[in-house]
Amino acid sequence: MMPDLGKYADAVLSSYAVSLVLLALIAWLSLRRSKRIKRELEEVETKVKSNG
Amino acid sequence: MSLNALWEYANPKKFIQTTDRVLPWFAWSAALTLVVGLIWGFFFTPDDYRQGSTVKIIYLHVPAALMAINAWLMMLITSLVWIVRRHHVSALAARAAAPVGMIMTVIALLTGAIWGQPMWGTWWAWDPRLTSFLILFLFYLGYIALWEAIENDDTAADLTSILCLVGSVFALLSRYAVNFWNQGLHQGASLSLDKEENVHDVFWYPLVVAMAGFALLFIALVLMRTRTEIRARRMRALLARERMGA
Amino acid sequence: MIALLVRDIRLAMRAGGGFGLGLSFFLIVVVLVPFGVGPQSALLSKIAPGILWLGALLACLLSLDRIFALDWEDGSLDLLATSPLPMEGIVSVKALAHWLTTGLPLVLVAPVLGVLLNLPEAGFLWLTLSLALGTPALSVIGTFGAALTVGLKRGGLLLSLLVLPLYVPTLIFGAEVARRGAEGFDITTPLLFLAGITCGTIALLPFASAAVLRVNLR
Repeated sequence: MMPDLGKYADAVLSSYAVSLVLLALIAWLSLRRSKRIKRELEEVETKVKSNG
Repeated sequence: MSLNALWEYANPKKFIQTTDRVLPWFAWSAALTLVVGLIWGFFFTPDDYRQGSTVKIIYLHVPAALMAINAWLMMLITSLVWIVRRHHVSALAARAAAPVGMIMTVIALLTGAIWGQPMWGTWWAWDPRLTSFLILFLFYLGYIALWEAIENDDTAADLTSILCLVGSVFALLSRYAVNFWNQGLHQGASLSLDKEENVHDVFWYPLVVAMAGFALLFIALVLMRTRTEIRARRMRALLARERMGA
Repeated sequence: MIALLVRDIRLAMRAGGGFGLGLSFFLIVVVLVPFGVGPQSALLSKIAPGILWLGALLACLLSLDRIFALDWEDGSLDLLATSPLPMEGIVSVKALAHWLTTGLPLVLVAPVLGVLLNLPEAGFLWLTLSLALGTPALSVIGTFGAALTVGLKRGGLLLSLLVLPLYVPTLIFGAEVARRGAEGFDITTPLLFLAGITCGTIALLPFASAAVLRVNLR
């Protein structure tokens, strides 16, 4: 199944690896922060409501 | 949809409600198109007779470079909207887009370097396009650093918007200056949309799919990050109000 | 406005105002370069225009955070903002004062330092001219950066990060004039571009700097 990349296999594979890692990284970071902020906001909102 | 209806999405609440519905669509279609485009490009395209298998790198390099520039363009437009109409969502969207654009710039630079090593015999050359991208990267760095440095949300939005405007002018100037300074080795715009006949169809179709995938991924990420920024802003406002009351 | 200019220049000249700092920095950079790249005079004369331009640019950067910092700390910036002077005028005067105390001395000593780096004889005129044309742009752009970071506690590093990319076009055309001049080529095109950038920044950037300063003083 693996295509024959010839003598440039290193270059092709490493650029795919680097790009996919970077894309996954930004997606993961965005997702993590999104979840964390959402949770924190809910906490703050319930706290404010119970106080007010 | 009339233009006026568009402004309704500038309301943070409305924005969150709407994106709640559309975000999953964007996320899944981004994942699907990216997978299809990259698998098609990686497994089912022939080697170029001159570049060998390294031609497969363009399915990453070109879409990333395209989105790196488009992300800055989007930041410029949203900054203008913030300055003129003062919609918070707009300023926050610009903030949300900057790190994504920076990652795209890094991908374009790295894949370009990896491709350049076997093709040009060097990792890096001070070719105009490479240099312009490096400068673009510096602009992203400065823009993000300024956002991080200022505590007050509105001040930060104002200052970064003006920096984005001024920076855009200087980025364009640098582009021409760099062109003048060194006519490099980069091939001309053989991949631009209006010259599609320059690239063989076999390479062109998967490339279009990959570009669509990168664009959808960018939109999905920016929507998600904008929602995060809206929530973070609301949280800061609530906390500040509570401190005042206590 | 003239009173403000005189006051700013006097403040800069005073001890601790950083007047000599930029010049000394420029001198030290130029002295250090041969230690870094070796003493061959052929090599030095080839890179001299670029080194001199880069040294002048960095020396200019060094004193940027002083443009507004002192006035910000003692509150006189707020006084200036409420004075009848338009903010654009204040910003322009500040930039002019910075140029007179930093840019102009750099232009004047650059030929002397050119001797140290074995700059070709044809290059002296063009080096001085390109610096004289380019340093005002550096001051005006720097004032914009200083206005952006005026309220920040650790603004110095951020200021460099923001300003250096903006310096790219000026540096490219300025150094190109000096290099081509030194090698005896035609310098018309880069010289015109350099002049264009300087005029453009002087005409337009004060509006951006004034807007930024207003936001920061809000």
